Amino acid sequence: MDTLVNSAMWVWNTFFPYLQVVMLMISVTLCVAFLTYAERKVIGFMQVRQGPNQIGPLGLAQPFADVFKMVFKELHIPAKADKVLFILAPLLCLGPSLAAWAVVPFSAGGSGALANINAGLLFLLAMTSLSVYGILIAGWASNSKYALLGSLRAAAQIVSYELAMGFALICVLIGSGSLNLTDIVESQRGNAGLFEWFWLPMLPMFVVYCISGVAETNRAPFDMAEGESEIVAGFHVEYSGSAFALFFLAEYANMILLSFLTAIMFLGGWLSPFPASFGWLGSDSVIWLIVKAIGFLFGYLWIRATFPRFRFDQIMRLGWKILIPITLVWILVTALLFTFGWVERGA
Amino acid sequence: MPKIILKTVQFFKSLLLLELLSGMWLTLKYFFKGASYGYTIRYPDEKTPKSNRFRGIHALRRYPNGEERCIACKLCEAVCPALAITIESEQRSDGSRRTTRYDIDLFKCIFCGFCEESCPVDSIVETDVHEYHFENRGENILTKAKLLAIGDRLETQIADARTLDAEFR
Repeated sequence: MDTLVNSAMWVWNTFFPYLQVVMLMISVTLCVAFLTYAERKVIGFMQVRQGPNQIGPLGLAQPFADVFKMVFKELHIPAKADKVLFILAPLLCLGPSLAAWAVVPFSAGGSGALANINAGLLFLLAMTSLSVYGILIAGWASNSKYALLGSLRAAAQIVSYELAMGFALICVLIGSGSLNLTDIVESQRGNAGLFEWFWLPMLPMFVVYCISGVAETNRAPFDMAEGESEIVAGFHVEYSGSAFALFFLAEYANMILLSFLTAIMFLGGWLSPFPASFGWLGSDSVIWLIVKAIGFLFGYLWIRATFPRFRFDQIMRLGWKILIPITLVWILVTALLFTFGWVERGA
Repeated sequence: MPKIILKTVQFFKSLLLLELLSGMWLTLKYFFKGASYGYTIRYPDEKTPKSNRFRGIHALRRYPNGEERCIACKLCEAVCPALAITIESEQRSDGSRRTTRYDIDLFKCIFCGFCEESCPVDSIVETDVHEYHFENRGENILTKAKLLAIGDRLETQIADARTLDAEFR
C-alpha cells in the first residue's frame, strides 16, 4: 500500500509542474483570445462604432470564430523563402513570450510562480529580448522587401527601447534590492497601501517603462514593424493561416506579460491598494494583480485608439534622446533617495 | 515673452505629455458614451427608412384585369442611357401590339429611372427592393416573365408608392 501511495505521489510530483505549465499556457491563450475581442470593442466604442456584435451574445464568440478561420486557412510558403527559417520564425517568436510567464508570480510565497528563481528579472529581460529574433528571422526568411524592412525596424526599435526599459528596471532594483520578482513585490509592502508602491518614488521611471513597454511589444503608436500604411504588414506580410496566428498570439501574449510585469514592478503586484486596516479590501489577493494588469491592457488599447503612428526617426529620437537621458538622471535620483533614506527601502 | 521662456514652457509641456493626455481624455469620454450614440444601424435587423421614389429592381405591371400594361412602344429602350433594355414585339391575335421579349440587363442598368419616367402607361417601374442576388451566370438578365412576376408580387407596394408620389408628377 505504501509503495502504491509513494509511486502515486511520485507521479503527481513529477507531472504536476507539467500540468501547471499547460494550465498557464491555456489561460494565457484564452486571455489573448478575449484581449482581441476587448481590443475591437474598446477601439470601436472610442470611434463611435459597435465592435463585433454578431457571433454569440454581444459578439463574445468572435475570437473563437477568428481562431477557426485562421487554423483552417492554407499555410502558404513563398517559393523563394527559406523554408526552415520561415516555419521556425513564428515558433521563435511565440516560445520566449510564453516561457517568460514561468517566473511571473501571481501570489505571495515561493509557490506563487511556476519558477521562483532569484534571477527572475534577468530571465524576463532575456526572454523578452529573444522574441526579436523571431521577428528578424521572419523578415529575413520571407525574402520580401516589406518583410525585411519591417524586421529591420523592429530590431532597431526593440534594441533602443530595451535600454530605457532596462534602466527603468534598475531603479526598481535599487528600490527592492532583489532580482527575485516575489521579493520585488514584497518590498513594496507598507502601511500606506498604494503610496508605498514604487510608482510614486519612481514616477518618471514608471512613465518611461510604460512608454517603452508599448514600444517593446510593437504596439501602436510604435508599431513601425507592422507599419500598415507604408510596409503593408511588415515582418509577417508573407505569413498566413496558423503561422500568422502564432505571431498574433506572441504579440498579444507579450502585451499581457508586460501588463503583469508593470503591475508587479511598479504597482505592488498582488498587494492591496488599501492599508491592511480596511478589512477584506485591504487583504492581498491575486485579484488585485489581475485588476492592475487589466488596467494596463486597457491602457494599451486606449493608446492605440488615440494616437497616430510615429515616424521612424521620431521613435529613435524619443528613445535615445529623451527616454534614456531621463532614466539616467532618475537612476541617480533614486540611488540618492534610497541611500540617504529619504524613501524607506522595503522589507 | 522672450523666446527662451516660450521654449522652456514648451519643453515642460511636452515633457509632461499634457497634449497627449488631453487627447486620451477625449477618447475616454467617447469610450463611455460611444455605444449609446445610436449612429449604428444593425443592418439586417434594422433598416433605414426608404423614399417612395427609391429606384430598386425593376418590374412590369399589369392592369387590374390581368392584361399587361406594356404596349411595346420602345420609349424605354430608346431613352435608356446604358442600353440595358432589349425589346422585341409582334401583333397579337386580337390586333394589339405586345412585347415578345423584354430583357433588362442588370449589369448594364444604372438605375437612373428614365425608363419609368418615359413609360406612357406606367408599365415598367422600379420597386424599392434593393436586396437581390444572382447565383448563376445569365441571371443578371431580367426576362419579361421575371419582370412580370416581380410586378405581380410587389403590386401593392408599387401602387402605394405611386399614389404617394402622385401630386408631384
